[in-house]
Amino acid sequence: MGSYILKRLVSAIPVLLGITVIVFAIMALIPGDPATAILGSYATPENVEKLNRDLGLDKPAVQRYFIWLSNMVQGDFGRSFSLNRPVLDEVLDRFGATLVLAGTSFVLCSLIGVAAGVVSAARQYGFADKAITFVVLLGISIPSFFLGMMMILIFAVQLRWFPASGMWPIYGDRNLLVLLDHLLMPALALAVVATGVVARLSRSAMLEVLRQDYIRTARAKGVPERGVIWRHALRAAMVSIIPVLGIQAGFVLSGAVYIEMVFQWPGVGRMLVDAILKRDILLVQGGVVFVAACYVLFNIVVDVAQSLLDPRIKT
Amino acid sequence: MSFLSLLARNRLALVGLIVMGFVVLLALVTPLLPLADPDVTNTGNRFLKPFSEGTLLGTDHLGRDLLSRLLWGTRLSLAVGFAAAVIAAVLGAAVGIVAGYYGGRVDNLIMRGVDMLMAFPYILLALAIVAALGPGLLNALIAVAAVNIPFFARNIRGITVGIAHKEFVDAAKLAGMRDARIIVSEVLPNVIPVIVIAMSTTVGWMILETAGLSFLGLGSQPPQADLGSMLGEARSALITNPHTSVVPGVMILIIVMAINLLGDGVRDALDPRLRSGALTRPMAATTVRRKGPVPVPEGENVLDLRGLETQFHVKDRIYRAVGGVSWGVKPGECLGIIGESGSGKSVTALSVMGLVASPPGVITGGAVHYKGEDLVGAPYERLRSLRGREVAYIFQDPLATLHPLYKVGDQLVEAIRVHHHVSDKEARAKALGLLKDVRIPNAESRLENYPHEMSGGMRQRVGIAMALANDPEVIIADEPTTALDVTVQAQILSLLDTLRREKGLAIVFITHDFGVVAQLCDRVAVMYAGRIVEEGPTQMVLDAPAHPYTRRLIACVPELGEGKRELHAIPGLPPAVNDLPPGCAFAPRCDKATEACRQGEIALEAHGPRKLRCLFPETELEAAQ
Ligand code: SF4
Repeated sequence: MGSYILKRLVSAIPVLLGITVIVFAIMALIPGDPATAILGSYATPENVEKLNRDLGLDKPAVQRYFIWLSNMVQGDFGRSFSLNRPVLDEVLDRFGATLVLAGTSFVLCSLIGVAAGVVSAARQYGFADKAITFVVLLGISIPSFFLGMMMILIFAVQLRWFPASGMWPIYGDRNLLVLLDHLLMPALALAVVATGVVARLSRSAMLEVLRQDYIRTARAKGVPERGVIWRHALRAAMVSIIPVLGIQAGFVLSGAVYIEMVFQWPGVGRMLVDAILKRDILLVQGGVVFVAACYVLFNIVVDVAQSLLDPRIKT
Repeated sequence: MSFLSLLARNRLALVGLIVMGFVVLLALVTPLLPLADPDVTNTGNRFLKPFSEGTLLGTDHLGRDLLSRLLWGTRLSLAVGFAAAVIAAVLGAAVGIVAGYYGGRVDNLIMRGVDMLMAFPYILLALAIVAALGPGLLNALIAVAAVNIPFFARNIRGITVGIAHKEFVDAAKLAGMRDARIIVSEVLPNVIPVIVIAMSTTVGWMILETAGLSFLGLGSQPPQADLGSMLGEARSALITNPHTSVVPGVMILIIVMAINLLGDGVRDALDPRLRSGALTRPMAATTVRRKGPVPVPEGENVLDLRGLETQFHVKDRIYRAVGGVSWGVKPGECLGIIGESGSGKSVTALSVMGLVASPPGVITGGAVHYKGEDLVGAPYERLRSLRGREVAYIFQDPLATLHPLYKVGDQLVEAIRVHHHVSDKEARAKALGLLKDVRIPNAESRLENYPHEMSGGMRQRVGIAMALANDPEVIIADEPTTALDVTVQAQILSLLDTLRREKGLAIVFITHDFGVVAQLCDRVAVMYAGRIVEEGPTQMVLDAPAHPYTRRLIACVPELGEGKRELHAIPGLPPAVNDLPPGCAFAPRCDKATEACRQGEIALEAHGPRKLRCLFPETELEAAQ
């Protein structure tokens, strides 16, 4: 197992490099002169030239890429001009909040989605199946930001069950309960689409598995139906569900940007949107590379989970 | 059936189609409608409520007419979403076809790039692109299209690879056709359905994503507004004037939901696997819809079938897989049931414990008595408590019938513990004993193996051990040796024979091979087209087969060691059981058939210890008693 993890980590290196290349290439698309774009069209030529030098834009692209890369490897993601602080510091400050939000959503969408899919498959064409299928359709069709706004309207403004925004109250204690109070609505709003996708896939994966011969064997042994569904079928269906969970992790991680805007959640997504509007390119670059890299690492965890689950995978 | 009529039969898809058609129509005629100018501000009339004077849906924070803005915004959102879908589909398909068609280095390079792009959480990638190009609706469109290209490329490459190696493509190449022409004339027509499926399932996402970027302020810029930016602008007035948010939000919901319904319909209509409705899961026990009386069991049989009828109901067709089958086994006896595939022998065996996949299987008549208790229509919980404990099964291919992800030890322990309240440790000790009983060497370490780590013969021994786990009275073995080579087959047969003698088991042995029957069974029943055509003591039947079909079956048995035994020696095919001819079902393949054989029902008549369903037997049997 240890060697398998090592192997996966090594194979992630080219992917990580690829990500930096892609991000760098996209940023090289910036039309016109980036320094002018940053400073606005009223900037003096001296200022533009100085900024170009500061950003290293006077050098050729390939050289700039390697300078950027080697700096990042050493933990220097550059300096955000709009916030006037190191990019990495800002990203790290913000990433925790995003991780709490997206992580909770991921757990919710995995648990609820898989359970709904299993129940739906086990009761195919029954009432529960139809009800779940309808809710799932609604879930994958509603924009998360609209859902978030409606939740604020109903549960925060009308019913006053939860605070409308933020991660912490402006005054008062910061403990787990307070956090959960603030977290529940945004985490749910973010989880809905992913839950729907997971539920759909789990349902079809379960239907596929329930037709297999080893399910008939389990029934022939006299295993109660609950065991057939949850122990035999679900275990086998997980093999095709887990990769989808991996994709959904990326979805909640990046989809968090909408929810962070709606709920004023102090995460990376909101930081990125602000940075884009202020044309703070280094901050965007650093934030995107950092989040994408985290996602690549998370996918290694997914692969390892998959290999633990399926003994047929060579480790 | 044509694609469109299939689509129309799906009611939900039809609803989606109608709603979508309506929305698209509205968007198209928007410039012709007598609407207020969507961009004219009138701060004196801010935040008018819906249905107030002069405005149907009210006004927004700048006093602009919401209905007008909604329709113009819908128009814009649809246009951008569809444009993004078309761009992504065209570019993605081009990349995918090139990669799949040329293969090799080109393919490798392109797919590497695609994988890299897919390694991004993809909204993040869209943000990066917008960051570079700057906020704006066109840039948002480019970003959304770009992040969806890899998805199309990967799907379409897969299909193209399959097509690029087909004969007609090779033939076209040999004929000197240019690659570009081959792609257009041979490859493209085959990938278009895939492109359509992929588009219909993603266009909803693309509308959502562009709306999302606009919502963040990165898409359409004021005063122009698509649905996303309407929602974004309304956010600050969410609490005081929620209608300004609800109006565009609900519109997005309606559009995306209609597209999703339609997309599901398109996928179902184009995907042949779903078309047949094949993906239904079998229920815990076979459905029973028994008409007619419940027959009573005969003699001292431990397991006794009388007049069993099992059918498959597929759409409006009825397949009579088992058409009134009766047999019984006594303790310690081995009954062979023999027939070609499709003769109904396996379905008969599975019907005993309600294991016929249902839907589509239905038991429609007869009775299955175990020790005098009728199991047809017994409550599920009763049936379950007997399964594996009193009547156990051994199935054909143990690689498919053992759970691939559990260790064989755990599967044995489970078999024991579902019926006995014993500790895990006791069950494990019993499991070890079982593996030794079926002569598995190194039983201790074998407990820790997964099925795929064992040889076919060893796996089938595990299958037998599992059947023995609860000391059942009856074992039903459904072609347990078919997947094995001849030597292993002989070992398994002698093992079963020994176990039967040691434990006094009744065995029902399903097979298509008279050689196997000869080695193991006391009595044999021959099945054809869902019915028994001959039955009797094995030796008698072997020495003097009475039914023409039996004689042919016996003639097919090669000398031992000649490898796989098949019934290819009988010309013709067994009849489809949804369309049985009147009279003898074997008549079309029988060289003794006469008009009389095709007239009416031929009964299974008893002749001493034997039974026969034939007008012109191969040998004279004793007169019926
Ligand atoms: S009944 Fe007639 S057709 Fe049928 S097996 Fe006997 S001889 Fe042949």
